[in-house]
Amino acid sequence: MASVSIDNPPLRTLTAGDTAFVVEFGATIDRALNAKVMELHRAIKGASLPGIVETLPTFRSLMVFYDPLTTTRAELEPQVLALAGSRSEQVAAGKLWRLPVCYEGEFAPDLAEVAKRTKLSADRVIALHSGATYFAYVLGFMPGFAYLGGLPNELALPRRKEPRVRVPQNSVAIAGEMTAIYPWESPGGWHLIGRTPIALFDLRREQPILWGAGDEVRFAHVDRATHDGIAAQVAKGSFDHTKLEVRR
Amino acid sequence: MSALLVRQPGLFTTVQDLGRFGAQALGMPVAGAIDPLALRLANALAGNKENEGALEIGFMGPTLEVQADSARIAFVGAVQATIQNGDDAPEKPLATSRSHTLKRGQIVKIGFVSGAAYAYCAVAGGFELPRFMDSLSTYTRAGLGGYNGRKLEAGDVLPVRQAASPKRDLTCAQALPYGDGAIKIVKGPQADYFTDGAFETLLASEYVVTKETDRMGMRLDGPVLAHSKGADIVSDGIATGCIQVPGAGTPIVLLADHQTIGGYPKIATVASADLPRLGQMMPGQRLRFAAIDVAQAETLRRQQEETFKRLLSALAPARPPGGIDVEALGSANLIDGMVDALGRT
Repeated sequence: MASVSIDNPPLRTLTAGDTAFVVEFGATIDRALNAKVMELHRAIKGASLPGIVETLPTFRSLMVFYDPLTTTRAELEPQVLALAGSRSEQVAAGKLWRLPVCYEGEFAPDLAEVAKRTKLSADRVIALHSGATYFAYVLGFMPGFAYLGGLPNELALPRRKEPRVRVPQNSVAIAGEMTAIYPWESPGGWHLIGRTPIALFDLRREQPILWGAGDEVRFAHVDRATHDGIAAQVAKGSFDHTKLEVRR
Repeated sequence: MSALLVRQPGLFTTVQDLGRFGAQALGMPVAGAIDPLALRLANALAGNKENEGALEIGFMGPTLEVQADSARIAFVGAVQATIQNGDDAPEKPLATSRSHTLKRGQIVKIGFVSGAAYAYCAVAGGFELPRFMDSLSTYTRAGLGGYNGRKLEAGDVLPVRQAASPKRDLTCAQALPYGDGAIKIVKGPQADYFTDGAFETLLASEYVVTKETDRMGMRLDGPVLAHSKGADIVSDGIATGCIQVPGAGTPIVLLADHQTIGGYPKIATVASADLPRLGQMMPGQRLRFAAIDVAQAETLRRQQEETFKRLLSALAPARPPGGIDVEALGSANLIDGMVDALGRT
């Protein structure tokens, strides 16, 4: 396995069969590491190397998928690592989104427990959660599910001991040092503290998945009536999603 | 409109093509056929391009009624399909590994898949369904792609695209190049999260496919594989065929519908040439693993592809079962003046 030292820590390539390999920049969740991942993700996209199927950025590594009928690992790996070494000039900042979240009643079944365990008032939990700017490290678990880093330390809690069988669609949740929104109803072990009326996934949009890795997100605290009003527009397909983009 | 009416849906019938690539960065699983070799052959027999959407049939197939003047349907896999010229007509067998040209009102009962997990059924022209992210593959967990994002249900109407297709039905006489023996695996990506003995255990032991197997993954029963530094990693990318080992130590081979990232270490990855064979294994089947390196896995895949391409180029016109092949009659007469009208020589 090749090991090329560019920065600290050295990056490694890991073998994932004959259709993929991983360029690993580190083993921690860290903005600087993730920036390198995204930089290589973009550089490979720009280089259009023959045989690359797609690349998948994660917190701290980039998985490179290739077609073994078109290229080989031996041929491709040096080309990819050369791109990891070269620093592109442009640092593409992602979009900044501002999503409405209602933290009330049935939308926030775990808010009281989170408040109790963090020894904060419910209002303080809401103020902290809606006062931070989050960073979408990676999309995964399900299409459009973003692992959003940047949760205030006071709100960090381990996941629920008993995961829920059904987390409602659009639930806003926290666990560890992350927050997230569930794009679909699904099982889940995170603490549910709110709900957004915005569809993270909507086939009627040109881009069905709202956001991408590298984007930033803020939450705006809205009341139930505002939530329901926006939800109705979203359901009709008349909601203007560009209103959510604070920075493009 | 030309269509196939789903009279009975079978157990788990979905529309699949060769997968949805290019959106894994958005968390979108690739999905696609568990056995791409069989899907490609079914499409070739129907006269389609190899990546056309076709029916993937799990365990038991659907019963379909032809709602078109003519529809050419091809089967690949161990099914014992039958055809009826209407509800009260007798059922006649319909051979697999070939295409059949069917008429309006005919009813095809695909029945059970025996000895393997999946069979495939392609229709000439393909299904006239909306493509999602450039693919017809169904990803049922998010309700996306294929036919309304789900497995088929009774009463579904599958619209069939009209397309020029070869004059004759086609048949394939050869077996698909699945390979044999132990399932080949390549060590990594996280083999260093296991004890030194774990990989040896994986290679030395027999594993059994459990019932906890679906399009997402195949859980195996057998000796546990010991982690050396815990069973948690910071979530990392997954390739189809990765063998993930959660805390309990029993391996799970990740298949077409696997999530894009995961937080369990993966000790090894199944060679892509052996994925169709592995994916066709059924609960209770036993298997062993053998280690090869990346270059060997790539070579194996290229060899398999060459064999498969030869198989495709050798597809031959099929004779109608028991019927008079007018075309064969005509062309054969020109050559030797003598022919058996039932197609026997």
